[in-house]
Amino acid sequence: MNHFTKPTPIQKKFLTPGVIVLILLALNGLAFLAARFFFGIGAVTNLNNQYPWGIWIGIDVAGGVALAAGGFTTAALGHVINRKEYHAVVRPALLTAMLGYTFVAIGVTIDIGRWYYIWHPIVFWNGTSALFEVGICVTIYATVLYIEFLPIVTERFIGHVALPGPLSRVDGLVDQALRGLERGLSRVMFVFIIAGVVLSTLHQSSLGTLMVIAGPKMHPLWQTPILPFLFLLSAISVGFPMVIFESMLASRSFGMKPEMELLSKLGAMTAPLLGIYLAFKMGDMFIRETFVYLTVLNTQSVMFMLEILLGVVVPLRMFLSRGVLKSPPLLFTAASLTVLGVLLNRINNFVVAYTPPYSFGSYFPSLGEVSVTVGFICILVLAYRAAVMIFPVISLPDRTLSPRARYTVRG
Amino acid sequence: MATVDRREFLKNSLVIGAGLICLPTEVQAGPKNILSPDRMGVLVDTTVCIGCRNCEWACKTAHDLPTGPLESYQDRSVFEKMRRPDDHALTVVNRYDNPKDPDAPYTVKVQCMHCDHPACVSVCIVGAFSKQEDGAVVWDTDKCIGCRYCMVACPFQVPAFEYRTALKPDIVKCDFCSARRKDGKLPACVEICPVEALTYGPREELVRVARDRTKRYPQRYVNHLFGEYEVGGTGWLYLAGVDFSALQFPKVGDNPAPGISESIQHGIFAYFVPPVALYALLGALMRISKDWPENGGEE
Repeated sequence: MNHFTKPTPIQKKFLTPGVIVLILLALNGLAFLAARFFFGIGAVTNLNNQYPWGIWIGIDVAGGVALAAGGFTTAALGHVINRKEYHAVVRPALLTAMLGYTFVAIGVTIDIGRWYYIWHPIVFWNGTSALFEVGICVTIYATVLYIEFLPIVTERFIGHVALPGPLSRVDGLVDQALRGLERGLSRVMFVFIIAGVVLSTLHQSSLGTLMVIAGPKMHPLWQTPILPFLFLLSAISVGFPMVIFESMLASRSFGMKPEMELLSKLGAMTAPLLGIYLAFKMGDMFIRETFVYLTVLNTQSVMFMLEILLGVVVPLRMFLSRGVLKSPPLLFTAASLTVLGVLLNRINNFVVAYTPPYSFGSYFPSLGEVSVTVGFICILVLAYRAAVMIFPVISLPDRTLSPRARYTVRG
Repeated sequence: MATVDRREFLKNSLVIGAGLICLPTEVQAGPKNILSPDRMGVLVDTTVCIGCRNCEWACKTAHDLPTGPLESYQDRSVFEKMRRPDDHALTVVNRYDNPKDPDAPYTVKVQCMHCDHPACVSVCIVGAFSKQEDGAVVWDTDKCIGCRYCMVACPFQVPAFEYRTALKPDIVKCDFCSARRKDGKLPACVEICPVEALTYGPREELVRVARDRTKRYPQRYVNHLFGEYEVGGTGWLYLAGVDFSALQFPKVGDNPAPGISESIQHGIFAYFVPPVALYALLGALMRISKDWPENGGEE
């Protein structure tokens, strides 16, 4: 690194025309969500006894977990194999993962019929259930993510504690407590960082195990015993593209120059990861000879081709090109396509591939389902915007740091 | 991070490793699932069934579900559309053409098959389903969170959900009249069947009875007892005069539905060895990579 950067809270106006649109979409989603709580899931969704899971599981939960993979892939890169130059992207990825998993948890809660029993899996265990494994891992991992975020909170407030009114008398005490917390955390943080990576590999793959038991109800283009492995590979390969995607969006939104030096290196690393994923996906297709299903023109075959060509092959070719890695718009396109490809894959696995033997029509999400999903995504973006304005998450060039100054990034 | 020295790192890693190993190594299954050799079942002879639908009425009455009077079930227009069990009906009867005799169509009662190795029991996140000693696969309302994974997993597409209930929606399916049978009564559908199309008895004995019937009347039956081997065996068994695919039975194979996914699950979590090994590997990598020249060696 030839220039020094330091995570800094962004000082910009929160409300912009775009933000107001996001708020309106969020409110629209919340209105439909209210209807779900008063009149039941059937009143808002197109779900029925033939199609029990829709986009709330396919996008909000499965897609959300996959796209939060940037958290553990950058943690592995920056902290486990100690590539310090990537520390600048670890914090934004950590924030995305933390918010992502929070919304996964909310997504699950609103989709289950008895939302107030969301804590039951902690008490009633069923070790044979892949969903139990996913549930427990996601719960622990979300907690780990919050712990990993704590040093950013202490960093923000140490030396800046100013409680309102009479509480200001304990400012000093709170400051001391924060310093103590920071010291303790810095000593044990590696425990949580490794745990985060282990937990991620576990539940990213178990999410793939979920649909294996659906057996012949799942279209053969997707139904395979190596589904958990494919889920893990695709999660690993979407981690860096997701970081590129959101980093460039944030740069644009806050009027900053994108960190091209770092991002194009991440892009270059994505190519082999996507290649491995594609190799296994194709190998699986040829071993099970499922390509015969591509000769039929239907929703499943079209969605499969879209997922593979647009979401894997095209971005793979792009990430292999030096010109793409150097060009901000092309790099952004490649990253967006990868993100879209993995999102499509999760929707395909959980929704499109699900073709039950007895049905009275096919499933298509209702206005209410789409509104709630869009609303959640908007709230997530708003929360991200608020968080980077309050906490030191995004790294900015810092002129106060001389080359001799100690450069540490916790988290 | 940089303040952790090797000694402290090792010490902490040991503590965490020990902590992980002390976790319950074998996750205890919530409910106790019993595959009793004396488990009961029902033999459904679709060549005997006359489609009177009395079983539908009896089932609703026994389970306190809203129903019209018994006479209203003589309406045969319902057969024009295929119906499935749902949250208002735990069993339904469907009609299918008889290629041998167009005037005597087949009628087939549908309900939970009460599998010997049920997918719903395997997948339920809280273990709300269990296979009882008497052969019934039952659902526990006190545990269920309403995630509907059982509906995704069931190879016969049986469990239904109360989509219109806001506060406490149930998963609804045939419970093999578990409560009635404890009082020494027959399942409601078996009791009311006027033509003895339904035979209640120990599953093993029902298999013998069915074999005997197909042997004695080879023209009447196809030589296939559906449920004897399907998905590892089911409590309810079916005899038919045509191939079961013509009666819209699903093609499910003979392997128990939970087989593949449970072996994947146990492979990943073989006594927590793979996760702990991965943890140790990453920990070692974290320590070693500090000294890699491309990472600047000693900080």
